[in-house]
Amino acid sequence: MTTASLPPATGSALLVHEAGLHARPCVKLTKLAKTFSARIEIAASNEGPWIDAKSIVKVMAVKIPKDTILHVRAIGADADAAVRALVGLVETDFEGLVA
Amino acid sequence: MKSSDASARVGIVVVSHSPEVARGTADMVRQMVGDDVPLGWCGGNPDGGLGTSVEAILAAIDTAWSQAGVAILVDLGGAETNSEMAIEMLPDARRGKVVLVNAPVVEGAIMAATESWGGSSLDVVRATAEELAPT
Repeated sequence: MTTASLPPATGSALLVHEAGLHARPCVKLTKLAKTFSARIEIAASNEGPWIDAKSIVKVMAVKIPKDTILHVRAIGADADAAVRALVGLVETDFEGLVA
Repeated sequence: MKSSDASARVGIVVVSHSPEVARGTADMVRQMVGDDVPLGWCGGNPDGGLGTSVEAILAAIDTAWSQAGVAILVDLGGAETNSEMAIEMLPDARRGKVVLVNAPVVEGAIMAATESWGGSSLDVVRATAEELAPT
């Protein structure tokens, strides 16, 4: 988050997936994040800690439980679309992306 | 998506002493990451017992071959030494593009395949899976 001139695009969604952010949703979220050029971070709280949504190892390690509000922020050319897509993935209970 | 060309994605090879472990790990990669990442696996010795075989590893590398290179995940001892031997036996043009990854085989295969799917280089794919390695 070094681009100080632009505020990051932000969004949030309630994590309703049965087991929380477990292995398969982690892979889906990371894969989706990787389709955007923006720097994208997620957190279980507004105050962070923010973790790189494109890092499968970090996303997998964070173990966010069910009924957590997942926060998303992004900076870059496609930041708005990236936040919308990730929030949409969480809201649709990770059904939005094949495999 | 950085690339829709599967041949540009790093290939993943799973080598286990057990064919069931290797096949199961490959199934997890397929179901969790998808079919876009080149994937090969092998397990068991030629007699049908537990073990690994250089020939089977070479065949798995061939199955997973990609111009972007191939990352090999192994379970224990002989899987590692036989994979090193297989790499040594590759043609010159391929040898430098195949690496052994020091990571747990199941978790490492998923992490490496996810990173490969995103279009990362062989070095980045290996480094991502090795973030998991016990320190």
